[in-house]
Amino acid sequence: MSSGEAMNNELKIELSRRYRFSASHRLHSPHLTEEENCRVFGKCNNPYGHGHNYVLEVSMSGDVDPATGMIANLADLDAFVERQVLGEFDHKSLNEDVPAFREKVPTTENLCIEIFQRLKSFPKAKLERIRVQETGNNSFEFAGDNLEGNRP
Amino acid sequence: MVLLTRKIEFAASHIYHNPNLSAEENRRIFGKCNNPHGHGHNYTLEVTVEGEPDPVTGMVLDLKELKEILEREVMQRMDHRHLNYEVAELAGQIPTCENIARVIWQLLEPKITQGRLHRVRLYESPDLFADCYRNGASAAGKP
Repeated sequence: MSSGEAMNNELKIELSRRYRFSASHRLHSPHLTEEENCRVFGKCNNPYGHGHNYVLEVSMSGDVDPATGMIANLADLDAFVERQVLGEFDHKSLNEDVPAFREKVPTTENLCIEIFQRLKSFPKAKLERIRVQETGNNSFEFAGDNLEGNRP
Repeated sequence: MVLLTRKIEFAASHIYHNPNLSAEENRRIFGKCNNPHGHGHNYTLEVTVEGEPDPVTGMVLDLKELKEILEREVMQRMDHRHLNYEVAELAGQIPTCENIARVIWQLLEPKITQGRLHRVRLYESPDLFADCYRNGASAAGKP
């Protein structure tokens, strides 16, 4: 099978896949007083937490395999994301169930960084960036130190 | 620099099958995308053009012109077509999102003469899409 690769090594192809998970969190920093927590985090500091339906967008790059037409087989990516992220985050409390958030406030910024760390070892393609949508109105992106991953 | 994006939708069928692989290998690699009679999607295409707005018209390029280019190069070629059998540019390639996005880039890039093609994003479904960029464009291309 041909790939059109020869005439197109000046082009870069990325593949992005969206996943969904639902989780609860509470924004609270042990380094702040009760008043400061309340002032900084507002209702996100309510004592019993709350939840979101998160949308995770994972973007990978790599050479398109001429035999398959793919950067990476989606079944491999799906299984990896399921194992590294969804299985551990979906229908969980981020504060209680994810070790990283015993130390860090589970804002979506920190969630992005944590998910990026968990996905960057995907063996079949290069992780360019991830985007996490907390609600329809808020989304956050992280590309690690991979500046090329910061795309408009 | 300003980025301008236009979106179009087209419907097409395809099948993932590599004749150089055995039936079992095709099945294992492509799964249900290898079902013998193919299947289809509603594709959404977002085309982003970069450039400076013209001081007289205020436009990076005339949207009417972009619409016509997309109609001619993409819609007439791919809408309500079978991507494996009816799109010459995809002949011999597996019509994945990655390959279709690249072919669309190749079709559009020489036709866009006002501004410059910045990104082709092709959605096969709301949860799966491919982007095609000029390699290394991101640092320079990011506004």
